[in-house]
Amino acid sequence: MRVKKFTIIVHAIAWAVALIWIIPFLGVFMASIRPYAEVQFGWWNFQSFHPTLENFYDAWVGKTAGSSAALNTGLVHSLIVTVPATFIPVFVAALAAYSFARFSFRTKDLLFLILVLLQTIPQQMVILPVYNLMNSLGLLNTYVGLILLHTAFGLPWQILFLRNFFSTLPIEVEEAARVDGASYFKIFYKIVLPMSLPALASILSLQFVWVWNDFFFALTLIQNPNMRLATQTIPVIKGRYEPNWSILSAASIIAMIVPIAIYVALQRYYVRGITAGAVKG
Amino acid sequence: MLFVFYPIIDTIYMSFLKEGTGEFVGFANYANVVSRNEFLNIKRLVNFLGGPSYGALIHNILWVVIHLPLCVFFGLLLAVLLRDVKGGTIIKSIVFLGMVIPMIIGGVLLRFILDKDAGILNGVLNGIGLGAFARNWTFYPDTALITVILGSVWIWVGFSMIVYSAGLEGIPVELYEAAKIDGASWWKTFWRITVPMLNSATLVVVTMTLLWELKVFDIVYAVTQGGPGDTSKVLAYIMYIEAFETPPNFGTASAIAVILTVMTFGFAAYLVWRMTKS
Repeated sequence: MRVKKFTIIVHAIAWAVALIWIIPFLGVFMASIRPYAEVQFGWWNFQSFHPTLENFYDAWVGKTAGSSAALNTGLVHSLIVTVPATFIPVFVAALAAYSFARFSFRTKDLLFLILVLLQTIPQQMVILPVYNLMNSLGLLNTYVGLILLHTAFGLPWQILFLRNFFSTLPIEVEEAARVDGASYFKIFYKIVLPMSLPALASILSLQFVWVWNDFFFALTLIQNPNMRLATQTIPVIKGRYEPNWSILSAASIIAMIVPIAIYVALQRYYVRGITAGAVKG
Repeated sequence: MLFVFYPIIDTIYMSFLKEGTGEFVGFANYANVVSRNEFLNIKRLVNFLGGPSYGALIHNILWVVIHLPLCVFFGLLLAVLLRDVKGGTIIKSIVFLGMVIPMIIGGVLLRFILDKDAGILNGVLNGIGLGAFARNWTFYPDTALITVILGSVWIWVGFSMIVYSAGLEGIPVELYEAAKIDGASWWKTFWRITVPMLNSATLVVVTMTLLWELKVFDIVYAVTQGGPGDTSKVLAYIMYIEAFETPPNFGTASAIAVILTVMTFGFAAYLVWRMTKS
């Protein structure tokens, strides 16, 4: 009997704690589907309740903050950057990590140590020279420049993560394939990659979400208002003074639904990547 | 490599150059930055004069001192609490959302929760008869910084919780069974088995959280823009303003970046040392 009481209390506390996270997200949802006048003094007031999709439309076409802060273009720009900035580094990292894990060459350990340290370099430390470099190459205000930068920043932790994974793969399979006369590239592509799908899912989902969520790099390299990414439109819609919470909520939902979808679809792999210490902020 | 090594060297180099002319000025940029109130307000520290802001350097340290222990504590608490709860996995997924959404939107969420009229926090205060305290928490010099820091615990605790949860799964059940046979209390089991077995999880949580706190930017940008006045400015924020708002000064901005990186690097070196040791 005592044990049961204890269990009930623990469950009650757990769900009470959960409310601290559920309620604000519920609030954003409520604010987004109701006219601003109804939620201005609290979305929890239901004296009048007129659900509408108008806020989503306004955020989509940028009605309040102008077309340069519209989510329809913002989402497209974010996709143009995020898709290549996810697949290119993961492909390169897979090749590099495999050679780190399987081939021995001198200075490998040193190079590896440097990679670990690179992972911790703040974005602020590289952004000014990168800005100057992009400027002189004419890559400022281009998505190519941003994709290159994300690729460079994603590579160190991806190589680190994949190397650790490749080292755990049984080498016997590869040796057997080699005896059968398969080339290194064929082994990599026919045997190692298929065995590594879980690890690849981890870094693909993490890199995608990280690039999509990035704000600082986009803010510094994309200064043309008409080229803004989704994350850049949010502070513009928010404005400096009292924001229209309904439209801002709708805009936030549109911009965060993509990473949330990735997370829901690949939760196991995403979390595994995070717990391995692959976190960026 | 072009994107990483060259920029690091170049940032250090630029921090010794005068903006515009490019002449070598030694540590003048550093002196310029360090002497500013927005970086370090010595008067405030010594005798509470010279404006309400302590300066970005102290603000970053306050981030670490306040945000880090709270994230470790609540992350561990949630992980242990939710381990045996029905639906705990769902709750964890929801708590973890803070680590999935863009930080800039996390900041907007905070600002929304804290809004005087539209926000749920003040709604709750009104509901329990504490309406007199309801205010725009991020609008006042004395509450802006602490509000952003505490609010960020709400966003970041999902990270420490998920790392600790993974750590808990790795503890062999036999240890707990043995403790039970020996008649150890829950409390003793927690301190003698759970906590020591989570050492490596704690290392990951502490390091990653710390690195994030030192370079925090998005949240500050979204919630307070460093204000009111200088009261919630942090190093990464003043570095950005210095470099890209008028008049841009890459020399002093580089100096701030170097200071930030030296702080970060100290902790990173410690992490690598611990990792190679184990």
